Amino acid sequence: MSCSIELPAGMSRRHFINHLAGAAALVSPATAFTNSILANATDMKKRHKAAIMLWMGGGPSSMDIWDLKPGAPTGGPFKPISTSADGVTVCEHMPLMAKQMHHMAVVRSMSTREADHMRGRYYMHTGYVPNPNVEHPSYGAVIAHELADQVPGLEIPPFVSVGSGSVGPGFLGMTWAPFVVDSNGNVRNLDMGVDPARLAQRMEMLATIEKRFIGERRGASADDHAKVLDKTVKLMTSPQMEAFKVMKEPAEAQERYGKTGFGRGCLMARRLVEMGVPFVEVDLGGWDNHANIFPTLQNQKLPELDKAMSALVEDLADRGMLDDTVVMWMGEFSRTPNINGGGGRDHWARSWSVVVGGGGFKRGVVVGETSSDGKEVVSEAYSSQDLMASVLKSLGVSLETTFTAKNGRPMQIANSGKVIKELFA
Amino acid sequence: MRDGVRDGVRRISCGRVLLGVAGMIGMVAAAGRATAYDPAEHYGIPQVKYINEQVAKGWDESCLLPSPAATDGEWCRRVHLDLIGRIPSIDELRSFLADTSPTKKAELVSQLLGDDHVDEYARHWTDVWTTVLIGRDVTNERVNRSGMRQYLRRAFSKNMPYDRFMEELVTAAGVNANRRELEGFNGATNFLSGKMEEMGVENGVQATAKTAQIFLGLQVQCTQCHNHPFNKGKQNQFWELNAFFRQTRALRKRGGTDDVQWVELVDEDFAGEGGNPEEAELYYELRNGLMKVAYPVFVDGTEISKSGYLPAVMDDGTAYGVHRREQLAALIKASPSFPQAIVNRTWGHFLGHGFTKPIDDLGEHNPPSHPELLEGLAERFRETSFDLKELARWLVLSHPYALSSRSTAANKNDDPSLGERPKFTHFYLRQMQAEELYESLLTATEADRAARGEEAAKKKDTWLSQFVIAFGTDEGDDATTFNGSIPQVLMMFNGDMIKNATGTGQGGFLDRVASSSMSNAAKIETLYMAALARKPARAELTVANQMVAARKGDVITALQDVWWAVLNSNEFIIKH
Repeated sequence: MSCSIELPAGMSRRHFINHLAGAAALVSPATAFTNSILANATDMKKRHKAAIMLWMGGGPSSMDIWDLKPGAPTGGPFKPISTSADGVTVCEHMPLMAKQMHHMAVVRSMSTREADHMRGRYYMHTGYVPNPNVEHPSYGAVIAHELADQVPGLEIPPFVSVGSGSVGPGFLGMTWAPFVVDSNGNVRNLDMGVDPARLAQRMEMLATIEKRFIGERRGASADDHAKVLDKTVKLMTSPQMEAFKVMKEPAEAQERYGKTGFGRGCLMARRLVEMGVPFVEVDLGGWDNHANIFPTLQNQKLPELDKAMSALVEDLADRGMLDDTVVMWMGEFSRTPNINGGGGRDHWARSWSVVVGGGGFKRGVVVGETSSDGKEVVSEAYSSQDLMASVLKSLGVSLETTFTAKNGRPMQIANSGKVIKELFA
Repeated sequence: MRDGVRDGVRRISCGRVLLGVAGMIGMVAAAGRATAYDPAEHYGIPQVKYINEQVAKGWDESCLLPSPAATDGEWCRRVHLDLIGRIPSIDELRSFLADTSPTKKAELVSQLLGDDHVDEYARHWTDVWTTVLIGRDVTNERVNRSGMRQYLRRAFSKNMPYDRFMEELVTAAGVNANRRELEGFNGATNFLSGKMEEMGVENGVQATAKTAQIFLGLQVQCTQCHNHPFNKGKQNQFWELNAFFRQTRALRKRGGTDDVQWVELVDEDFAGEGGNPEEAELYYELRNGLMKVAYPVFVDGTEISKSGYLPAVMDDGTAYGVHRREQLAALIKASPSFPQAIVNRTWGHFLGHGFTKPIDDLGEHNPPSHPELLEGLAERFRETSFDLKELARWLVLSHPYALSSRSTAANKNDDPSLGERPKFTHFYLRQMQAEELYESLLTATEADRAARGEEAAKKKDTWLSQFVIAFGTDEGDDATTFNGSIPQVLMMFNGDMIKNATGTGQGGFLDRVASSSMSNAAKIETLYMAALARKPARAELTVANQMVAARKGDVITALQDVWWAVLNSNEFIIKH
């Protein structure tokens, strides 16, 4: 583990645990609190799979970043540059990522139908279009659910969202909800300010009330509340919270990732994955460029993205983590090839690109192709569920997995998407 | 139906005969701690009778039996939360419990909807409608939240008819901030002031989408760019509706700094994108790049004048021109979707689930669970001159609202959280909104409510802002982390609000309870009544007594721990 474990000042962890054990704290015996301290740091060092999603809120114009069309009327002013991967080009304003492209794969043949922000956001996070009768779990919930067992000593939530909150756990339940933090890693209200003995007493009283209410069969949300209480107590006393303290990184690293919200978020994602967290989403908003898209991309969005994403990929590779850690870059959709009257691009889902890398993915390749004006996918087109199936496969998650939605309906993982075969050797 | 319960047998129209065991148990239990009278009572209100019959018909058709009635304490708590946004105080609760009148529920509802509670009623519905109209995001500089709230508070204080309310919001003009140096303040402008412009293009796209969504239950935002893939929405309909907003401009006033200080919403003659104000058109782009023309046409196909001129009179006395937004408001008011959308929203507010999910998406693609009831209630709402308090009264006095949230063997499959269509056989759990928690904590701790008004509202806004997540889109989409996740629990465990609520300072709530002459058991009971509207169960009293004993003479510290636990419980934060 790269960061040292420190006890919260003034609190003896062992002391606290002893008290809490006596109180037989919360509702589910399977998550007996005391188990977690038995897991020591060596467990955490074992290799584990993880995924980091870089979510570009608003819908980034992928044809200005990963699939340039120089000279086409739709092409815009940016020029492609060659990269560390043979035959792969990216935008000239992504010079740092250009040096990392041998680790990554660009899928230029995404074709989806959801071009409304909320619908697209849901669809790209879950592989399902919104349906009034069922809430589907997002990437983070599915992956945390499937991979949480590999790090039994993990006390911090297995699904962390840095920034705007991701999409929820759907029918998998609040246990798998994203834990949302800001990019400075501050977790609010972490300290109760009472001694451990007293906290244990409070928890015993609380557990008594919770149990009674749950026993009255009023609905699942009563039970969910108790489960989240259990997790919160673990978190409050966990030395693993150290992973959020991104400001403790050397100045050099902070500089390399960029002193931006997204830069700190990516750096935190690396620390969290090192700690054993199986899924981290880092959000970068501001891609809804209906007007003045090119100056906005060139001067703001792309430099911020380029610095942070390249530093993350480079670090993961240098630390030998990339084989087990998938990095994916996407938004809810992309932007129209046609440039509108305001010098912007509008919503477009029919032909666009995402980027993946690490895990079991083939590296340094481009998958698929769009037409010369960028308006059509001219190779086999891929959907959100295909991408999700591919990410799961690259993490070693079985695509045979079937969940049971709350209504008893079986739900195939990744909505039965088919693996994008060109992404695998 | 009452007869069915009385003889213990309930005949079900699907041909089976079920023993009304649950109903029997309900009646027996009712004698002990719940109301002993019929939960299907309609208090002489025909609309309540209608709701009861319609919902019961749904039970019959699906072979479900309703749960027994909620206890009086539970009902009292939920009706306070849903009508005035906070739990009942101990005094309010005790006086309701002590009342033996068979019509005490109707009387409590009349009180809560009456003059005594008008400020609280207005505050609660201001909270609800602020979120509906402008979301929770406090960063939109073109929206003046305080101006919005002032408008809403006034509207709900006088129970403005809902059609008038809609008209004022849809046609609002004036200055959005209430400042001494500005003339023409109209807080209602804040509904649209932040929705006229996107990325420097003033096209009223968000105004169109939100107006249709909120007042017609019509989701048109997708059809801005293309025909809707699975409802009947067509792209031309979006832009024809949008054309109603093209006389409207949101003028940003900077008052000497770079920041927008206020917005003035005005209507001006619209010259049309083709330059002919007699037929003032707009153009929109099809997916294939072709441009098409649009004039104002309502969603049901009603056309209005194509003129872009505002109403005026020529020198010779001929009147010309049209006020497009006023026309729009009139068309909305006449639409059958208008009362349906608000009935569905209100039903969802009180019963935990609307007839459709989401509540603001009506249409053939998303059929409601109780179509007849939705239509029937909408008609009755129109007949009652769009009186929101009457609508609320019907719903909270209805049979489904009176039911326990405890499911029984005879209705456990009625669970909309499992994707089933709601049958309302029992009261569905839902978490308090952040605003309701805030106010409930003030009530539970008998906090001094002297500090009211704008200052208090700002303090509350600051507290609420910790939960807001903005998604970084132009549409200002947002969500809340006040959703039962870890950050919420951390706030409830350790946040300043809870530290204050569980404070032991002199003269505070815990201090007053601890230093009273009550027995320790009575003190603990006071905490339970204050927060949960019930007495502690035996097991709870045992644990609490142990804590008091362990603290020797330090009763207040023990009470503080009990109080902390009570406030952190599922039972406190979940409306049940």
